Order: sequence, then structure tokens, then C-alpha cells
Amino acid sequence: MNPRKLIAKTPLHLTILVFAAIWIIPTLGLLITSFRDPANIAGSGWWTVFPKLFSGGQFSLENYIGVLRGEGLARSFLNSLFISVPATAISTFIASFAAFGFAWMRFNGRKILFMLLVGLMVIPLQMTFIPILPIYSKLKLAGTFPGIWLAHTAYGLPLTTYLVHNFMAGIPKDLFDSASIDGASPLMTFWRIVIPISVPALASVFIFQFLWIWNDLLVALVYLSARPNVAPLTVSIANLVTNRGQDWELLTAAAFVSMALPLVVFFSLQRYFVRGILAGSVKG
Amino acid sequence: MAEVTLTSITKRFGDFTAVSDLTMEIEDGKFTVLVGPSGCGKTTTLRMVAGLEEITEGEIKIGERVVNRVPPKDRDIAMVFQNYALYPHMDVYNNMAFGLKLRKTPKAQIKERVHEAADLLGITDKLKSKPRELSGGQRQRVAVGRAIVRNPKVFLFDEPLSNLDAKLRVQMRTELEQLHHKLQTTTIYVTHDQVEAMTLGDRIAVMKDGVVQQYAQPQETYDHPSNQFVAGFIGSPAMNFLPAQAASENGRTVLSGAGFRFVLPEGRSRNALPENVVLGVRPEDLDGPSPDAENALTLTVSVTEQLGHSLLVYGYLDETQVVASLDPHRRVEIDSAVHLKVNLNTLHVFDPESQETLL
Repeated sequence: MNPRKLIAKTPLHLTILVFAAIWIIPTLGLLITSFRDPANIAGSGWWTVFPKLFSGGQFSLENYIGVLRGEGLARSFLNSLFISVPATAISTFIASFAAFGFAWMRFNGRKILFMLLVGLMVIPLQMTFIPILPIYSKLKLAGTFPGIWLAHTAYGLPLTTYLVHNFMAGIPKDLFDSASIDGASPLMTFWRIVIPISVPALASVFIFQFLWIWNDLLVALVYLSARPNVAPLTVSIANLVTNRGQDWELLTAAAFVSMALPLVVFFSLQRYFVRGILAGSVKG
Repeated sequence: MAEVTLTSITKRFGDFTAVSDLTMEIEDGKFTVLVGPSGCGKTTTLRMVAGLEEITEGEIKIGERVVNRVPPKDRDIAMVFQNYALYPHMDVYNNMAFGLKLRKTPKAQIKERVHEAADLLGITDKLKSKPRELSGGQRQRVAVGRAIVRNPKVFLFDEPLSNLDAKLRVQMRTELEQLHHKLQTTTIYVTHDQVEAMTLGDRIAVMKDGVVQQYAQPQETYDHPSNQFVAGFIGSPAMNFLPAQAASENGRTVLSGAGFRFVLPEGRSRNALPENVVLGVRPEDLDGPSPDAENALTLTVSVTEQLGHSLLVYGYLDETQVVASLDPHRRVEIDSAVHLKVNLNTLHVFDPESQETLL
């Protein structure tokens, strides 16, 4: 890049660096604190570790061991996984069929049904708790994993179906004509052509849903009745704050335990994430 | 291979009639082109033969079989689309093999057919590539290859060359001709380009507003267009139309109008011409210079276009714009007057109301 362009871009780069710093510095502080023992945390600020960074003896994994074993966060991590993955999978699975139907099949009431489905996004989920909980109790779904999978699927379907539908509607009609002449039934066309082509949309929808469910506290609290053996990370950490609010070493370690997986998911599937944000403009 | 018979085919979308009472017999092994402007119903007709559109009225037969209710996959046809319609997530081999796989064709046979078609089209080295790695021309070849491996009774082409650049279009045109010569499969080809129609078709059907205007061999539509529309559609640059009065003098037909007077030779004179007619003269039938005032036109030149093999001269005869295609070495000045001789043996006369060809 020629020098003039570089200089012209400097203000932009500086601004980005400043913003990045504002975000990273507190997080960095938390990360460092999570590796320090309680005495050091109380005694000195986290930034004081830098001069003696490599001399050893400052950092330990005690806090992590403490939260994972002592406070049961390992169990909660697995619960979070066991809630998020199936709920996201079910939700994406159903949404892909629904989106295909709305995008490419003709039936009476299609438009109205689609508008109703997308319109459901308007309803605040808090309003659904009171009507649904009694039903859940009767069906013995409260406090069970299938119960919360069902709940998350229902809450996620409108947006998920909408996004996948927009992508699928952009698939050129010619492809369907060609598949029809080649001899593919609608189901074959769906499995062997539409789904493979829709992978970017499905992947980004999967990520959005997954992160939303992983970070959710409210739905878990309501539908899992705060039972400790099925509590996800969000609930456990909320309890930790209540019970051990002064033990910063535990809280910071717990924060990073809960951040670990989303960070991995995000960084490894970054390009699908970005594509998902541009969902409307992406075509097959 | 089979003939395709369309009998009184009509297609209506609500109030709109896209194809109206179309009857046509497409002979076995022949290359038939449906040509016409956008919206004339040619693609709709093709799609009805393919089974992608339902037929409102009428009957379509492929061979001896009535296929109105037969789904596309069972009609033994193959189609090549304007936008290629290649499956983007499959490589070329699988794109071509897809239809055969669905029919549970044995693997060895699939391999043989795909390789045969690929060799024929010169894309054997691209079998492992994905469509996005190919150029437009290569993609089109894959689309054609996909149709060939099916060994269908009828090939259907829907404006396959429209997305290619001019040079590639000419090249692919000749390749398609050679392919047809080799395979001899009944082909129905849709295009809006009259040059493609003229060069590729054994017979062409010129369509307008859902109705076939003329169905004949290409040269026939050029020499003897059935109506004014066909006359103006076939041939480039388009035929010139001049309003004229027809009269009879000494047994010879005289056509006169603003700035011209033509006395037709005996062989072409008719008594029963209406008073008001439309005269049609092709640009290539205007020559010059002409020494006498009779049987000639005088144009005031507005634009000239040098094509290399001919010189196009655009001028005005009174208020009407006229195009002439002259020898490229002719020197013509803008705003000057050119006298052009008219070939009286090839000019046409049309009825202004019915648009039918009278002469």
C-alpha cells in the first residue's frame, strides 16, 4: 500500500485500536485475575503482574479447579452443552423444512401463515411464561431437558425460519426446474440440492441460536425451576455471584469458563457468522 | 428420438393468454427454433413441452404418447437453461451424473456416458471442478453435457447462448450445429435472436403475442414472410416500411408515395391491391447509384455506419427513416442526398390493416 494511502488510513486505524483497547483491557484484567490467588488479588491490581510476568509463582490454576470441582461448574458446563446443542439442532432442523416449504412450495394460506410465524417475533418471551408453565407442570415437562429444548425451539423458530427462508428464496428457480427434469422428488431436491446449498445460512443460524441459548439465563431459570443438577452455566454463575460475591478469584474464573466455548465457536466459524449478518444479500 | 406434436396448445395465466391455439409438428431429428420478441410465448411453449408448465388447453405428444399429464422426468427430455442451472455444490462429473444416479443407472454406465459426453464437448479435464471455477462457455458446455448423458428423445434449449459474449456466442453456435449433426436428436430451441434462429434452425417458428406467425424454413421466412411482423423481425438491419398508394396503370402495378414511384414488372403486378398499402424494402435490396428517378429512392443521409463488409446508411425519405446496406467502399456524406435503386423483384407489399403479405 502506498505511503499516502497508509497515512490517510491512520485516523481510522487509531480509532479502531482505541475501541479495541477499551474492550480488551477490562477483559484482560479479568483473565489475569482469574489466574491469581486471593491474597494477590486483594493486595495489588492486576496490572502489576506485567513487570514480573516471567518470573513465575504468580499464576495458578487453583481458581479454575475450585470453580469446576468445588462449585460444580463442570457439571453446569455439561448442562449448558446438553441444553444448547440439541435445542439449536432441533430448531435449525425444523426451520430448514419450514423455510423450504414457505419459499418453494405452493399451498393455500402460505402467505398468511408465514406472516403469522414471523409476527410471533413481536411477542416478548416474558409474556409466555405464565400461560405455559401450568401446561408444563401438567405435562411434567418443567425441570426437564426436553422441556427446555421445546421452549428454546419455539422461541427461536420465528427468526430462524425467517432468515433461512430469505436465503432459500434466493436460490434460482432454474435449479429446481433442472432437478425436476433430472427426476428428483421434492424431498430429494430438498436433501440433495437445497440443504447443501443452504449450508452457509444454516451454519450462521446455528451459531446465532447456539450463542443465544448458551448465554440465556431467564428461560433456564423459569423452565428448569433452578434445580441444581440440570442448571446451566448461566444459572450457576448467577448463584455464585449471590453466594460468593466477594470471591473475585472464583467469579473471574467462572466467567472465563462460560466464555470459553462461545469464543471457540465464534473464532472457528467466523466467516459464517459474518455471512449471517448479511443474510439478506447472500445468494446461493 | 421422436417427433413432437403440439395440437391447439393454449396457456392462460389468469386473464392473460401467453400462448394461443398453437398447433405445430416438429419432425423427428430436426432442429426447430422458436423465435420472437420477449413475451411472445416461446419460453412458455418450451416449458409446456418440458412439463414445467401445465397446459391450459390442447395436447402435446412426444412420439405417439400424449404427455399432458406425464411429469418432466418421465417425458424422456433434457433441457439446457439460459443460466445453466448447474448445481453449485457438485463438481462437473456429479452435475452430469445426477440425473442418471437418481434413475439408479449402474456406476460403470454412468462413468462411460459422462466421459463420452465430456469428450464430445471438450471438458474432460474439468470433471473435478466446481461450477464456480469455470468460465461462462465451459459452464454452458457442462449444461449441454448434462443433457446429452440423458440420451433423451428431445433436447430443449431455453436461450442458452444469451449470457455469453458475442464472440463466444458465435463459437458455441457452430459447436451446437456440429453437435446436432452428430447426434441428430429432435431439438426445440428458443431464442429472441433472429441470427441464431436463421443459422441453427432447420425450421423456425416466428412468434408474437402467443401466436405463431410463420413456421417455415429460415430462407422462406426471409424471402416470403407471411406478414409484416415476420418481415420486420427476420433480417438485420430490419426491413424498411413505407406507406404507399397502389394503382394500376396499363396493366402494371404502380406504387407511389412520398418521394418515390415504382412501376412493378409484369410478373409482379396485381390488380386486386387495396388503395393504401405498406411497402417493404430490405436494406440490402437498396443499391445505387440510380440514374433515373423512377424505381429509385432519394435519401437525405443522417448517419452512416461502416461495418467493414457493408456500409449502413440511415437517411430520411420525407419523414420516414430508411436504412440502406451499401457497398463498403461507397463514399457517402452526411446531409447529402443519395439516390438508391430499388430491387423491384424482392420488395414486398403489405395490407396495413391485417398486416398480411399481399405481394
